[in-house]
Amino acid sequence: MRYSFLNLVGQALNANRGWQPAWRKPEPKSHYDVVIVGGGGHGLATAFYLAKEHGISNIAVLEKGYLGSGNVGRNTTLIRSNYLLPGNIPFYELSMKLWEGLEQDLNYNAMVSQRGILNLCHSDGQRNAYARRGNAMRLHGVDAELLDREEVRRMIPFADFDHARFPITGGLLQKRGGTVRHDAVAWGFARAADKLGVDIIENCEVTGIRMDQGYAKGVETKRGFIGANKIGLATAGNTSRTAAFAGLRLPIESHVIQAFVSEGLKPLIDGVVTYGAGHFYVSQSDKGGLVFGGDIDGYNSYAARGNLPVVEDVAEGALALFPNLARLRMLRSWGGVIDMSMDGSPIIDKTPIEGLYLNGAWNYGGFKATPASGWCFAHLIATETPHKTAAAYRLDRFNRGAVIDEKGSGAQPNLH
Amino acid sequence: MRITCPYCGDRDVREFHYRGAEGFNRPDPEAAGGEQTFLDYVYLRENAAGVIDEHWVHVSGCRSWLVVTRDTRTHHIENVRFANGDRQQGS
Repeated sequence: MRYSFLNLVGQALNANRGWQPAWRKPEPKSHYDVVIVGGGGHGLATAFYLAKEHGISNIAVLEKGYLGSGNVGRNTTLIRSNYLLPGNIPFYELSMKLWEGLEQDLNYNAMVSQRGILNLCHSDGQRNAYARRGNAMRLHGVDAELLDREEVRRMIPFADFDHARFPITGGLLQKRGGTVRHDAVAWGFARAADKLGVDIIENCEVTGIRMDQGYAKGVETKRGFIGANKIGLATAGNTSRTAAFAGLRLPIESHVIQAFVSEGLKPLIDGVVTYGAGHFYVSQSDKGGLVFGGDIDGYNSYAARGNLPVVEDVAEGALALFPNLARLRMLRSWGGVIDMSMDGSPIIDKTPIEGLYLNGAWNYGGFKATPASGWCFAHLIATETPHKTAAAYRLDRFNRGAVIDEKGSGAQPNLH
Repeated sequence: MRITCPYCGDRDVREFHYRGAEGFNRPDPEAAGGEQTFLDYVYLRENAAGVIDEHWVHVSGCRSWLVVTRDTRTHHIENVRFANGDRQQGS
């Protein structure tokens, strides 16, 4: 069923009795050309682009829970491509371009909203760093504008511009950045991939990888063995665990990051704003709640829940920037498990094991990368060569000293 | 999360700084095969989901380095001891 306005009107007149499930619930077959482990945004996008761009449709996506139950439904929904380093900018810009056409590609309303992302600066040095980053972006054809204090004041007049310690001195604006409805990304990719023949198998946790003389032959699951010519891991958060099935040790630690939603407000913040002097960023959802987050907790964790110090740290950042939020109440908070890599950048590469491909280490920024991650991972699996925009995301870059460290903090994941 | 420092007693996690779970012993990069073992030490991680030993320092307290035995799935702390094993509890 193709979604359209006419379709919507027809269903409304028919008391909405004719809607079909958006994807099938197939039984797993005994063998597939490609098995993708992980039915999150990245796994579903990979399956979709494998089918659409490379004509491979005998694919299974194996999800341990229900679809959308992992990080694709637990993030703060931001999209942006405001990176500094040449290894990163073309990849995230590809992702931005794919977001811009995503709803037409998928025939699904993912509520892509390019409401702009504004990074605030609070000192001359920070403003210089943003000028450098903005110039790097523009050299790669990405939009970036350096705003002075008065231009920022026109956008967010209620911020504390004359804060005694951290006055706002300007900002870097990417107008094409914004937000996307995250669940709809999972549902949209699932529906579109299913339509191209991909089997999406929920409640099918992978418990092992069957190996034969250095080749990956298939996966052991809670619903039995499933053979595959090629296996792609897209299990960010748990990448170390799934890669360990094949005996791999990776440059990744799992950490917890928290996010928060406030009670609903009338429209206050129309774009995305990030505080430059602490760990706080915020956007306002269409329901009116402020969606905000901050730094990772900083210790290894698979618990998907964090601790109070970060909650306080984020709240302090919020009030330092927006004193008018002082009486705002928090509605809910949650935590997600993320792969933190040793340089803060992702990995999309083959592994030393034939037939096993790796997509992970998305740090705290996997959501914005979803379409490009799927695009490049599909390209790698289908053609055996890295996509040109993901050519820097190799597994051996640490051995070669070719790390992509945006923050320059070294092999200490809790500092990225 | 609270950590019971063997010297200072039960304290909030804010007083502690996290170093990491692995690489307690720095290998000699000059030894035979040292390049690979040093690469492993700097970059590769077991990253276990379960009970692990990790280094914390009581930076806002007695400044002792501690080995904390903690379950990464639940944050439950099973044991805390001085990283310097020679030091006596409470001395």
